[in-house]
Amino acid sequence: MINLVANNITAGYGSVDIIKDINLYVNEGEIVVIVGPNGAGKSTAMKSMLGLLNLSRGLVKFTDKDITKLLPQDRVKLGIAFVPQNQNVFTGMTVEENLEMGAFLRDDNIYDTIDQIYQLFPILKEKRNQNTGELSGGQRQQVAFGRALMTMPKILMLDEPTAGVSPIVMDELFSRIIEVGKTGVGILMVEQNAKQALSIADRGYVLVNGKNSREGTGQELLNNPDVRKSFLGG
Amino acid sequence: MTDILNAIVVLLNYIIIPGLSYGSQLALGALGISFIYAILRFANFSHGEFMSFGAMITILFTWFFQSYGINLGLLPTALLAIPFAIIATILLSLATNRIVFRYYRVKKSAPVVIAMASIGVMFVINAIVRIIIGPNDTKFFDGQKFIIKAKQFKVMTGLNEGLAIKSTQAITILVTIILLSFTFWFLQKTKTGKSMRAFSDNEDLALLSGINPERVVFITWMIVGTLACVAGALYGLDKSYKPFTYLGLVLPIFAAAIVGGIGSPVGAVAGGFVIAFSEIMVTYAYKKFLIYLLPTNLEPSGLVQLLSTDYKFAVSFSILVIVLLVRPAGIFKGKIL
Repeated sequence: MINLVANNITAGYGSVDIIKDINLYVNEGEIVVIVGPNGAGKSTAMKSMLGLLNLSRGLVKFTDKDITKLLPQDRVKLGIAFVPQNQNVFTGMTVEENLEMGAFLRDDNIYDTIDQIYQLFPILKEKRNQNTGELSGGQRQQVAFGRALMTMPKILMLDEPTAGVSPIVMDELFSRIIEVGKTGVGILMVEQNAKQALSIADRGYVLVNGKNSREGTGQELLNNPDVRKSFLGG
Repeated sequence: MTDILNAIVVLLNYIIIPGLSYGSQLALGALGISFIYAILRFANFSHGEFMSFGAMITILFTWFFQSYGINLGLLPTALLAIPFAIIATILLSLATNRIVFRYYRVKKSAPVVIAMASIGVMFVINAIVRIIIGPNDTKFFDGQKFIIKAKQFKVMTGLNEGLAIKSTQAITILVTIILLSFTFWFLQKTKTGKSMRAFSDNEDLALLSGINPERVVFITWMIVGTLACVAGALYGLDKSYKPFTYLGLVLPIFAAAIVGGIGSPVGAVAGGFVIAFSEIMVTYAYKKFLIYLLPTNLEPSGLVQLLSTDYKFAVSFSILVIVLLVRPAGIFKGKIL
């Protein structure tokens, strides 16, 4: 079973630790959501798992292999893809070029994967030769998503994929995320729209003040009165 | 009618053809500046000296070939020397990267710090060049000087004005077209070229896509070395070679890059021609041209020259200031390849 595991990780910026002894994991084919109040360290936890931050304690493992010391780009080679929240597309390049760049490390025929991505996001096929900088927020998000999928990842990490898009686009993005999950890719995402995200998630983690607060299936967390009260809006 | 034709020939002879060849040289130079700015994010003031170094090596190889009696007949021997000079200039640019610029890049120094370091590099290379070849004027052109001579043209057309096209001008324009087409093809169509654009667009995301920054930087310096060497050699071939000229050449080249939108290759080329034509048009004496077009009683008594040629660089400076005030991002929005 392929999975990405964070084992008691502690990390932060400078000497300040933002996350403390966090444990979480994501298996292949699973959708896992990290929710929590602002400043809880959700994105930090995810970035630490990719190696964008150095850990002061703890281990990150990819299918039993210790990858704690690996550079982010080497983790990408192993099959871990990441979609940042901001600046997640090459704005000066066309949609298709963005996808090609996603497949930079691959030597095989990438056009089958590009076709699959066009099936998943038909609007991208229409706009394939347009500059990504000219697209709407939701369309850009699809490009960012597509670029990450071009690496043919086993684990896909999404940092607030629906931030700043309209509710309709958000629903559409979530349904695409479910489709990607069905192909066997493990998805780990941080979400502000906690209610919707938990409703499509297999499992979820609640982080508070940089620590694990709760975990469970999406439904369990949605039904938990404490979770509801503290940040699902009743 | 012949008056109009004569006027057109005057324009071609003194403005359009010199403008095209000088513009080509500036365009190649500005393209090198833009490459460094787009990928490494600093203003490389040593670029003029890379050009000077390339021109010097071209001269040395030209002399070497000439001493063995090797030449290209009608074409200048320098064309044979340029490929060797390109290799030498690439080695120089890779060496300066390794010794100077890499240190600041790894340290993530502020762009202005690296720009200052590049000024140091500029003086060092300038000194090395002067030690090797001396500070004097060197002419290294051989082969046939003109494609069309003024006299021939007069006989051919029966016009009063002769059109002269120097072979260096034709070579400059031709080589520039080839080099520019290749560069743009490389950036737009090859995987490596696209990865360089991606790197310049969004460095973090390029890393997340597995693009190796060391490789991108390496290739950038190779391209910059090539462009600088060719630009420098063509400039020296067309005018004459003197190390100090290249210190002064940095100004119009930077003006060209900034006017076009620094970091944008298309902008660099456009900027090169804008600067070249402005310099020439503002400092040209239009008397002759106007005599052909105006009735006799309106003939100008003065030279009708806006500025003396000594103020050539003032023109690039003024355009630079105007563009920075009116459209700070340049004609084409700069920043990325």
